Amino acid sequence: MSMTTLAVRVWRGGVEGEFRDYDVPRQPAQTVLDVVTHIQRRIDATLAYRFACRVGMCGSCAMTVDGRARWTCRTHVDTVARDGRLEIAPLAHLPVIRDLVVDMTPFFDKWAAAHGSFAPTATRRDAYARIEPATAARVAVDAAIECIGCGVCYAACDVVGWKPDYLGPAALNRAWTLSNDTRDGGQLPRLQAVAGDAGCHACHTHQSCTERCPKQLAPTASIAGLKRLVALAALRGEIQ
Amino acid sequence: MSAVRAQTFLWLAQRGSAAVLALAVVVHLATMIVAVRGGLSAAEILERTRGSVGWALFYGIFVLAVAVHAPIGLRAILAEWAGLKGRAVDLALALIALTLLASGLRAVYAVARP
Repeated sequence: MSMTTLAVRVWRGGVEGEFRDYDVPRQPAQTVLDVVTHIQRRIDATLAYRFACRVGMCGSCAMTVDGRARWTCRTHVDTVARDGRLEIAPLAHLPVIRDLVVDMTPFFDKWAAAHGSFAPTATRRDAYARIEPATAARVAVDAAIECIGCGVCYAACDVVGWKPDYLGPAALNRAWTLSNDTRDGGQLPRLQAVAGDAGCHACHTHQSCTERCPKQLAPTASIAGLKRLVALAALRGEIQ
Repeated sequence: MSAVRAQTFLWLAQRGSAAVLALAVVVHLATMIVAVRGGLSAAEILERTRGSVGWALFYGIFVLAVAVHAPIGLRAILAEWAGLKGRAVDLALALIALTLLASGLRAVYAVARP
């Protein structure tokens, strides 16, 4: 294989499908998203893939690159291609719609199931809540709040693969930020929602989510926090 | 008790028994390595431990922790790797727990009796 050409295998089809081979010219500072875009615009216009911002802000271009979930826009070909070869597949653990596009519905349904929405306790007529930045709860929120819902952690998690009903690292990370939000009024129902075999207690602390998170968050730590809160609530008799 | 509440307590029991086992297994292995003289046999061990309330207590706690810890771990493995879960599986695991407890306590009784 020439050093000026990249041999790329790309998943084509839905759940049933196959890898097809494409030769893509190498470019300086080329990202995996550039490679996919080249294939779609210059070789095969029928290739389906998803992207928006191209600069690591939106999280929509996550795919499986050589077996690992990554943001393709922030992955340089130089760092992943071995011997001029690259394999690109859709994210794992989510239904494939076509080619490199997955259906994110189960992922966001689990955010809802984990009570991932804010439950307000004040109205627009109340004053702004004052939260000291140095408080333990606010520090815990800060550590986990930057998630943009790209699904990389979900695709990287072994337990999600084994247990399809497991809520997964992103939804639980979101639940943890809200559990530390002093303005939120839905604490106990949320702990109830994230407890048990399909919730935080299913996590084996493999830390694949933490290893692969493009935002360098630690969902494993968030899930450990939830385990503590749920355990304390259960001992107090609050988990039904 | 609701399923979620029961599962939370199973997790707590798993963690608690793991903490006990972390210490107990180290003591068990170290004692085995240091104390074995004429080969690792029940007769050789019982010869020197029979009637010991201390060792009976230690292994009583050990056996209890194993009987709690192992079935809960198996429960997760069966659900994740074999897709087996539900009431029938939980009952089978409770049976495994009782078997572990009974066979373990039988050995502990041999140590405890004079």
